[in-house]
Amino acid sequence: MEWLSYLPALSRGALITAGITLSAIAIGAVAAFAAGIARVEGGRALSLVALCYTELFRGTSLLVQLFWFYYALPLVGISFEPVATGILVLSLHVGAYGSEIVRGALQSVSVQQHEAARALNFGRAQTLLHISLPQALVEMMPAFGNLAIETLKLSSLVSLISIADLTFRAQSIRNLTLDSAGVYSLTLVGYFAMSLVLMLIMRLIERLVRRGAAFPRAAHS
Amino acid sequence: MMYGFEWDTTTPLSYASSILPIILIGLTVTLQAAAAGFAIALVLGLVFALLRRSRFTAVSWTTAIVVEFLRDTPLLVQLFFLYYVLPDYGITLPAFLTGALALGLQYSAYTSEVYRGGIEAVPRGQWEAATALNLSRLQTYRDIVVPQIVPRILPAMGNYLVAMIKETPVLSVVTVLEMMGLANMIGERTFEYLVPLTLVGLIFLLLTLICSAGLHRLQKALPKAGIPLR
Repeated sequence: MEWLSYLPALSRGALITAGITLSAIAIGAVAAFAAGIARVEGGRALSLVALCYTELFRGTSLLVQLFWFYYALPLVGISFEPVATGILVLSLHVGAYGSEIVRGALQSVSVQQHEAARALNFGRAQTLLHISLPQALVEMMPAFGNLAIETLKLSSLVSLISIADLTFRAQSIRNLTLDSAGVYSLTLVGYFAMSLVLMLIMRLIERLVRRGAAFPRAAHS
Repeated sequence: MMYGFEWDTTTPLSYASSILPIILIGLTVTLQAAAAGFAIALVLGLVFALLRRSRFTAVSWTTAIVVEFLRDTPLLVQLFFLYYVLPDYGITLPAFLTGALALGLQYSAYTSEVYRGGIEAVPRGQWEAATALNLSRLQTYRDIVVPQIVPRILPAMGNYLVAMIKETPVLSVVTVLEMMGLANMIGERTFEYLVPLTLVGLIFLLLTLICSAGLHRLQKALPKAGIPLR
């Protein structure tokens, strides 16, 4: 029962992992909607900026981005706390992937819907807010669910910039006890359990979106 | 590894051009690791997909759980697991192979879903027709199923290959000297990380853009109805 003694340290790490993952999902969602909407609705300049952001963060590896922000940026005088760096980079990374989901869903809203909105004299902002987004949101949810799990998995990389998350704690315990099989099995199970919980949360949100938010009252009144 | 190389840190440009040869050696390692990992993922994914379709519920359920587990846990931890636990059981692999194996294991979970989707997209009627025509299981797969699913799954597989290339820097933590590991090493020696890391980022960006363009062309070139095997 040696592995029982790992639990307190590992669960403290798991809390940090959870915190980083949830923050990255929240900030990443903001980035995803901003960039996705800019790609579809923004003018030429705005959509170009969004395109550059998306390609830059999707086209390079997360670990390269993390190290770039952690080691390289301080050399030109910009530095953050490791945790802030971790959350920022992870958010921007998954936000770039999320923006493609937002873009795809917005573009899949049928032309007739846009024509109808036009006939009803809706402005562009009104059309987006009351017609496109509510329908697109339902389309996005399954893909967002996968991305949330992806975020949790990728968050393990922040252990490499000295943040004491679950993976980092596992590494330190292993270096102390040399019980690789026990520590890493427990860690893998920990991540799996957190994934399942996250999946459940995303399903719940999906159901909420499907039921109500897709057709808000504001659109009828 | 770094012996015989000299760098010139006077200007960013001269620095970049002096370390480019080293980084390009790293690029070959990156590509080899991705190729090896992808080969493992293609084979293992197919095995998982076929086991998933087994008539025995115990087999198909176990496979489903294993695949889910592989998909929902981080590559980094799986890599540590393989790197530190396998030697405890007498299996000592070179770091490169351990890394390729970890990549392959993680992505086999994804590829197995692609295979499964492809197989399930073949209409039921065709399976029944194959039975009616007295085709064996092997013949059904060889002549009916595979020709139809290959063009269907190729784009998705290509996307996973690109994703895998972008995940290879993780292997640097178990001493595989791919592009980013080398860039880090150079940074440690010169205390100047900006140029090497930016260079690696740019090479990755270029690589992904080329791969995406290639995939796009492939997708257009593929026949929609299926390819004849013979």
